[in-house]
Amino acid sequence: MTSLSAKDKDTVKAFWANVAGKEEQIGCDAVSRMLTVYPQTKTYFSHWKDLRPGSAPVRKHGATVMTAVTDAVSKIDDLTGGLLSLSELHAFTLRVDPANFKVLAHNLLVVLATVFPNDFTPEVHVAMDKFLAAVAHALSEKYR
Amino acid sequence: MVVWTDFERTTIQDIFSKIDYAVVGQAAFSRCLIVYPWTQRYFGGFGNLYNAAAITSNPRVSSHGKVIMEALEKAVKDMDNIKATYAELSALHSEKLQVDPDNFMLLGHCLTIVVASQLSKAFTPEVHAAFQKFLAVVVSSLRKQYY
Repeated sequence: MTSLSAKDKDTVKAFWANVAGKEEQIGCDAVSRMLTVYPQTKTYFSHWKDLRPGSAPVRKHGATVMTAVTDAVSKIDDLTGGLLSLSELHAFTLRVDPANFKVLAHNLLVVLATVFPNDFTPEVHVAMDKFLAAVAHALSEKYR
Repeated sequence: MVVWTDFERTTIQDIFSKIDYAVVGQAAFSRCLIVYPWTQRYFGGFGNLYNAAAITSNPRVSSHGKVIMEALEKAVKDMDNIKATYAELSALHSEKLQVDPDNFMLLGHCLTIVVASQLSKAFTPEVHAAFQKFLAVVVSSLRKQYY
């Protein structure tokens, strides 16, 4: 959709600083919610022993996702270049339907709203929504 | 026919009994106009929607937010007949207001975010799933009369 303005980037970077130290908790909650609220996403994790909210594989994967998003924040000026190998991974190995990126993004935003009810203002929400959409777009680059 | 579990029923009723319709309605609706600005196309008569501050302080936005919540309450009060409850509203949105039905879930997303920030830890994944299901049924019922 629309590209990130300088203001969007500043808003994202400033807000994401709040996340430091809480990555595991937030990541675990976001993935748990995604699997619970949108059960079709479970189809990608049939190799996990335990798909329940807060389980060990969910927690681990939440941490993985959050590390990647934090990395994306640092590469906000060139997401396509910065996320190239992740895009290849998702396109050729994982083959996740890109529609699901939006689903995870939505769940991440809900978690951020619960953890930072006062800081997650409408202005932060729109910047974060745009940022996650840009990340999703960069991840979809190598698909076809 | 939608089948609600006891947990889903009590969860939805519990959420709606806890939230302040004026506060949540205003917050969710203004968030929708800010985060998804193309939704402003349906509210040309609302006056100043020029920026987030204007939208947040717009009195027509807050009163309309309350109207939306009161309409949702109708569904909560009769969860087994949401389709029938919304037949007229669906026709209204389709024929008179001509709202793209894809927009319904955008408002749904914003409402979820606002409820989540209000309920915080109480908005567990299971509660979230029940709320999402409720919104999906509402949206589906509102889409019914479109042709």
